[in-house]
Amino acid sequence: MTFFYILTVLALVLSLAFDRNKSWQALQVALKRFLQILPDLLLMTVLVAVVLYLLPQSTIAFYLGKYNLLFSSIVAAILGSVTLMPGFIAYPLCGLLAKQGVPYLVLGIFSTTLMMVGVVTFPLEQRYFGTKVALIRNLVSLLIALIVGLGIGIFFGEI
Amino acid sequence: MKLTKGKVFEIGIVVLFGLAIGLLKLKGSPVGSIMGHSALEFGVNIFKVLPCAFVLIGLFEVWVKAETVEKHFGVKSGLRGNFWAIVLASTTVGGLYVAFPVAMALLHKGARLSVVFTYLGAAALVRIPMTIFEASFLGIKFTLVRLLISLPLVILSAELLSKVLKNQILPPNG
Repeated sequence: MTFFYILTVLALVLSLAFDRNKSWQALQVALKRFLQILPDLLLMTVLVAVVLYLLPQSTIAFYLGKYNLLFSSIVAAILGSVTLMPGFIAYPLCGLLAKQGVPYLVLGIFSTTLMMVGVVTFPLEQRYFGTKVALIRNLVSLLIALIVGLGIGIFFGEI
Repeated sequence: MKLTKGKVFEIGIVVLFGLAIGLLKLKGSPVGSIMGHSALEFGVNIFKVLPCAFVLIGLFEVWVKAETVEKHFGVKSGLRGNFWAIVLASTTVGGLYVAFPVAMALLHKGARLSVVFTYLGAAALVRIPMTIFEASFLGIKFTLVRLLISLPLVILSAELLSKVLKNQILPPNG
């Protein structure tokens, strides 16, 4: 994260050194793009808060290990698609669940849908790419996540 | 900023949410505190990343020539374009909410659609810090299997998506 800040400042300083006008233009573009998307970002924040309230980590952990392989996979795909968690929360949770005996197949589906399929980011994605593209991209990503889970399951000898 | 109906509706929901949280807090309900807290936490998190991301996007749009992007990510770039998209994705910070505007900036500069979809998929799958984290908690075997299965699928699906959705991407918004 710190590296990212340094990179941004460095790029900006470099840009300023070469051309003040262009740098000013770049900042205007940045502000415009940001403001354009701000309502969608705020809505996403609200959606995240609601989803996290309805499906806290403890609930997710409970349901991922509760059923047989097939049903757990379906639950994992749904939970992974609906929730949004940063990696530094999601992976420790998955690690813990693996220790408790939740199949890697289920965790593969959960973590992959978590990162690739976004119900809460849907309004944002829709704003950028349109409804049809956003919908199809998410469905294809869901399919990829299921195949990934299946592959992990086979590799770990779970199926 | 142009205020469309959709945006007014979104802002309306956000304001209502804020009011509801405030009201619930006043009544001493834990629901208000919990939701308010996670909204604030998530909000702070994304707003730590996004200003920098948008400044970099702004600099990219002003400084990088369309020809350069076309050459490396465009129609003639072939699989090399997909490869560079994955490399770029691995360095992406944050989540999909950062990847979307970056993808859009690439598209406007002449990257071909399948490269853009590859970038989006890869940004979800191979961000370096996230991958290291995953390997340390779920084991390197898990991570390797996941990457080896998912990346080819991402490239393949990106090619298919770009054929199906050729004319579906909205024109640049501003």
